[in-house]
Amino acid sequence: MMIGRFRVPMLASLLVWAVVWEICGQSGASLVIPPLSNIFRRIVEIVPTPSFMNALWITGRSFLLGNAIAVIIGVPLGIVMGRSLLADRMLLPWVNMFLSAPLSALVPVIMVLFGLGEKTIVLTVVLFAIWIIVLDARAGVKGISPSLVEMARSFGASPWQAFSRIYVWAALPEILSGIRLGLIRAVKGVVIGQLLVSIVGFGSLFELYSSRFLMEHFWALLFVLFIFAFVLNEILVWLERKVEYYASSRH
Amino acid sequence: MQNEKQSRPSTPAMVQVRGVSKVYEGGVEALNGITLEFPQGQLTSLLGPSGCGKTTLLKIIAGLITPTAGEVHVDGKKVTGPGPERAFVFQDFALMPWADVMRNVAFGLELKGVKRSEREAIASKYIQAVGLKDFERAHPHELSGGMRQRVGLARALAVNAKVLLMDEPFSAVDEQTRRKFQEDLLQLIDRERKTFIFVTHSIEEAVYVSDRVVLLSRRPSRVSAIIEPDISRQDDPDKIRRDPAYLDTVENIWQGLKHYVE
Repeated sequence: MMIGRFRVPMLASLLVWAVVWEICGQSGASLVIPPLSNIFRRIVEIVPTPSFMNALWITGRSFLLGNAIAVIIGVPLGIVMGRSLLADRMLLPWVNMFLSAPLSALVPVIMVLFGLGEKTIVLTVVLFAIWIIVLDARAGVKGISPSLVEMARSFGASPWQAFSRIYVWAALPEILSGIRLGLIRAVKGVVIGQLLVSIVGFGSLFELYSSRFLMEHFWALLFVLFIFAFVLNEILVWLERKVEYYASSRH
Repeated sequence: MQNEKQSRPSTPAMVQVRGVSKVYEGGVEALNGITLEFPQGQLTSLLGPSGCGKTTLLKIIAGLITPTAGEVHVDGKKVTGPGPERAFVFQDFALMPWADVMRNVAFGLELKGVKRSEREAIASKYIQAVGLKDFERAHPHELSGGMRQRVGLARALAVNAKVLLMDEPFSAVDEQTRRKFQEDLLQLIDRERKTFIFVTHSIEEAVYVSDRVVLLSRRPSRVSAIIEPDISRQDDPDKIRRDPAYLDTVENIWQGLKHYVE
């Protein structure tokens, strides 16, 4: 964007909004909106505390574990669905349903089944992340050129060889974008899971801050999560771009 | 039409197709009772109007498609699926875009579990043979169409199959490249002494490269004629295109196929 003769950087609008926020906060118009500068001071203050580090550790652990499970189950499942019509017919309606379902409503069910611990958080992450991973892996496999499949067969590939040396690689661009979307959903999953369980990780901190009306702390925590999700997404976009060179040349 | 079967030493059939028919789901009849023999060490073309089922026949021989009726024998054994005695060259090259030329060429050997050093030694020999010596570490998207098909050819040669099945291998490359390719193919046939089965819709190409040309009729396909061009391939490859025998054979086949087009 250009204003007069000056190029304005993409994220400049954020600065404008930050100033508006600061003014609102300083004017004391609303109790739930503290000044932005205070929030950033709080971030610096709470991040090194043991309770925060502990929450981060627990959250990170269930986030990574949940995603690992979602990828390990989701990718092969998607590939099988892409290759087998029977599996596709059996599973696709469910995958589509779960993809669009309000999954937060299912978290209490998981809570009843698995208790108020980390297990429930991990399963919530899986529940949020897995469906888009399955669907994208399936789409990737469906898009593999038939002659590449025939090539593997004609040179005597076993089903396992075809899977591990052709399907996974040929569908890699779609699989990666599925994993990226899955990770973004998983951020929601881990936060919603912890909020609902509310005695684990960031969930317990949110609970603590909001019940004591520590709005600066509350926002600081939220900002940290936003930044985390944003950085994660950027890293994955960058990774995806690295494999794009053959996605564009494979047809 | 030229037929000099008597003057040639009779060669045993490497591939035998017996009464093969194929009806696709939905009732499309592609092939109807095809019986053919492919002599060892020769290049036989399957030529016919587009959509006549020649690729279907080739894929049945490859074991990629199951015939509705009839059977195929390769080297005395009945075909039930793909096998190591046959290698396929694909019309659209079917290269792995994520792998370099070396890995693509060595892929057949990799699937067989040949050790890396061993398979790369074999692959680089064939990469050199098809004229891609300095491109071993290049990826397919860095190569031209003609070079990609050379990779496909080297991959098929590297597994040292007795029968090479080529599905319109030069149809996706430009005219100049195709001519060079056809000339190189003649040298290759001379050197490799394999049985080649070559699908094409180009009459000139079929006559230029083949020992035998099998003419297939329109769908449902039958064998309408077998022609053995009487062309000496010992000479300069450029001479062949001006050889009266070559030109006459092309004309004869065209006269035979003409009514399908009209």
